Amino acid sequence: MAELKKTPLNGIHREAGARMIDFGGWDMPVQYSGLTDEHRAVRERAGLFDVSHMGECRLTGKDSERAVNRLVTNDISLMTDGQIMYSPMCNEQGGTVDDLIVYRLDRENFFLVINASNTDKDVAWIREHTKGYDVTVTDESPQWGQLALQGPEAQTILSDLVDFPPGDIGFFTFRTVSVAGIEVILSRSGYTGEDGFELYCPAEKAAALWKALMEAGSGKGILPCGLGARDTLRFEAALPLYGNELGDDISPLEAGLGIFVKLEGEDFIGRAALLKQKDEGLKRKIVGFEMTGKGIPRHGYPVFDGQDKEIGVVTTGYAAPTVGKTVGLALIDAGSAALGTEIRIGIRAKKAEALVCSKRFYSKKYKK
Amino acid sequence: MNIPEDLKYTREHEWVKIDGDVVTIGITDFAQSELGDIVYVELPETDSEFDGDESFSTIESVKAASDIFMPVAGTVVEVNGDLEDNAAYINEDPYGSWIVKVKVNNEDDLDGLLSAREYREFCEKEQD
Repeated sequence: MAELKKTPLNGIHREAGARMIDFGGWDMPVQYSGLTDEHRAVRERAGLFDVSHMGECRLTGKDSERAVNRLVTNDISLMTDGQIMYSPMCNEQGGTVDDLIVYRLDRENFFLVINASNTDKDVAWIREHTKGYDVTVTDESPQWGQLALQGPEAQTILSDLVDFPPGDIGFFTFRTVSVAGIEVILSRSGYTGEDGFELYCPAEKAAALWKALMEAGSGKGILPCGLGARDTLRFEAALPLYGNELGDDISPLEAGLGIFVKLEGEDFIGRAALLKQKDEGLKRKIVGFEMTGKGIPRHGYPVFDGQDKEIGVVTTGYAAPTVGKTVGLALIDAGSAALGTEIRIGIRAKKAEALVCSKRFYSKKYKK
Repeated sequence: MNIPEDLKYTREHEWVKIDGDVVTIGITDFAQSELGDIVYVELPETDSEFDGDESFSTIESVKAASDIFMPVAGTVVEVNGDLEDNAAYINEDPYGSWIVKVKVNNEDDLDGLLSAREYREFCEKEQD
């Protein structure tokens, strides 16, 4: 097996005794003190995540805006400098190459944050599909450390380390600023359903930034958090995870991300296929469900209808810590997707009862 | 790490309390700590028969499902129904939270279980 890749914070995780796992080829902390404690810390106080494994790809040049808009399904021509926007990026069949965050520095400089496991695939895809445009595509992933400071105390914690009120940075905007003397791209964004910030710094400064944030948060009950809590937090807020709710063969419409697909705007890769999908009606959808029977639904478990016909697959499921229920997301036939439909989840040898319900297990607490 | 002297152990991190030909089985402090927050235990039916090393229960932590294996062949005579709605008891008190009681087919099979000292050594090796 190839050696696992390490973020600039690997030494800090190992010294702190975090439990490490192989996450898509990266040696990453899955938990520090305990998944549920970390999850609660983010909901009630604050948590700090190392997400330096995420990829960063920059597009510069005079056609940058047009090129990015051709790549992604959302309409990034609506963005102004200092804004960020979430968008799926599709293939010609309408399947999802990746979902990403677009940062607009200016009209000729876009910074794309992409999933770690998709970095190589995405960069190749972006290079291939921006041929003919006056753009330079640079994979900057190794240069950047990325930290996510999440939770209701995030703004207070940050205010000790900056010389401006962090409240000035509105939801889904960013600035290049100094935090604890380190120059970072600071955005009000995250993947937990809570208020919070994401910070991008030079890789060699990531350890110092981590320590400064942990120290500033020590009186506010901050906990270092692993990828385990990151997944339960994003799941409760119904934020999709690539590889679960999205994939090369799952369209953003099927995933319920239609508001990030601007079919009326300019042409983009996959638009024709998505228009057709919309016109013909979706054949399958990501739905939420709540277990009424016993057991925990997990990624990959089969889903059946009342007549025992297999109708899909669980994409994510948990005994959700904040929600206090066992709930899941599943990709199933649209015919069984109505709220209140009785479905059954294949859990090992048994089939356990569940009801289709809203995906909004937890209401997001963004500061808009 | 809490490893009571009066119990026997398996390399699958179960504790076994022997009472004649009936054994009480749970998971060790080490196992509950490794699993993290336990949210559900899938219990077998009473009277079901299992071979040695066969999975008889599944313990679900927030993150993952883990099979629990029979230390010796036998028949389930009782399950701890209290765990159905309170699986977290295993985290709080792993040696007080038994999972099943099993009538063993052959008492000689119990000779292969580890003593507390042997199990402690086994755990220390695993942690290296």
